[in-house]
Amino acid sequence: MAGNRDSIANTIRVSFLVCLVCAVVVSTASVGLREAQHENQMQYRQINILRAAGLYEPGMDLREAFERIERRFVEFGTGRYVDMPTDYDPMRAARDPARSRAVTPDPAGIRRQPHVGEVYLAWSEAGELERIILPVHGYGLWSTMYGFLALEPDANTVAGIGFFEHGETPGLGGEIDNPRWQAVWEGKRLLDDDGAVAIRVIKGAVPDGATNREHLIDGLSGATITTEGVNRLVRFWVGDQGYGPYLERLRDPYRGNDTT
Amino acid sequence: MAAAKATEVLFQPIFNNNPIALQILGICSALAITTTLQTTITMCLAVIFVLTCSNFFVSLIRTHIPTNVRIIVQMTIITSLVILVDQVLQAYAYEISRQLSVFVGLIITNCIILGRAEAFAMNNSPGMAAADGFGNALGYSVVLLFVGASRELLGSGTLAGAEILHPVAEGGWYAPNGLMLLPPAAFFLIGAFIWLLRAWKPDQVEEPQFRIAPNSRSVEAF
Repeated sequence: MAGNRDSIANTIRVSFLVCLVCAVVVSTASVGLREAQHENQMQYRQINILRAAGLYEPGMDLREAFERIERRFVEFGTGRYVDMPTDYDPMRAARDPARSRAVTPDPAGIRRQPHVGEVYLAWSEAGELERIILPVHGYGLWSTMYGFLALEPDANTVAGIGFFEHGETPGLGGEIDNPRWQAVWEGKRLLDDDGAVAIRVIKGAVPDGATNREHLIDGLSGATITTEGVNRLVRFWVGDQGYGPYLERLRDPYRGNDTT
Repeated sequence: MAAAKATEVLFQPIFNNNPIALQILGICSALAITTTLQTTITMCLAVIFVLTCSNFFVSLIRTHIPTNVRIIVQMTIITSLVILVDQVLQAYAYEISRQLSVFVGLIITNCIILGRAEAFAMNNSPGMAAADGFGNALGYSVVLLFVGASRELLGSGTLAGAEILHPVAEGGWYAPNGLMLLPPAAFFLIGAFIWLLRAWKPDQVEEPQFRIAPNSRSVEAF
């Protein structure tokens, strides 16, 4: 055995067999577990949608809670609902030149934006609209931050914000996950009286005497660039390039239920 | 070493020949994933599985592995096992797998695993190799658990998520030590662990590689 162990034929044979066995093991695991992994990813997303909307409680029945949440597709340019296949993925569409556009100017640092995005509508048991949940993302200090912005039915008052994926510095920028900071967002208003986007994350705490407190959010100390990123991404997504036209339609009470 | 007893092979690496404290291997992951006890425990279990299995399988085919490609063959086996662990975590412990993120994959580059495959599994029977892998993974886990428990307790005031020290932010008395959550704290704790271990077992203290001679007087230098 020792004699031909180092021969070229044996080297090739052993390498091939080891690779074959390992490849079979790895691909079996990957294919066999794909279902469960996909399920987890969907669940994680659903938890974050509920969390941003302030509807999540640990240990709740996700399936049941999600029955009252409706997923709709919105064309960004017109703000109208459009029909898309259920497996439509805006993130994937953003990489396809035929279904997306390059963003200029690009304050949120997202480079490309799909023509059609998704929104989640949370309905109460009585069938009234409770929350409008918008998926948002943008660049912070190190990473793209992915999250959800939840609005009250008036499409102007913030109900909550949450990020489910980011790579910001733990303890500094990572504090965007801090529930106490996220609570500051609740009740803030997107637009001023003239209908312009007025919500803004400022550097430091909002001064006591500020007249426009309802639009201002305290920045996180030690995380100036991350909070500026949050500022830009929120202003981008609720602005004209983002969900602005759609929200405008919702605000108009006469056409609020127009589903064309 | 060839005639070593199984129990010796199994328990020697825990304190007498600890892979982190004596061989100073696997430090990288010991810094990265020890901020909370839960991720630490998951990491320990993953390493125990990978190290035991990789040692076993490498030893199983050790007489057939050509010497000139042996490292690649070992790496292939280790990598496959790590991918397996990663896939299982993603399927059954998604939350933890997100927290561990890239560090599950980085088990591949943990020096302890390749080190044991090369140093022990290539020369011993599969049973002994598995025992050696298990023992070394236990030694690794002991240090990791010590570091993880200390960092979570002092950094967040909790242990495995349960509150032990009531933090000031929630109206308690304990001001969490933020340094504990940063990587340098793991260095301090591993250093302290090595210090305590060598105070207990002085034979682990290394012979200094050189001695500093007393300064020569300047008049003698000229």
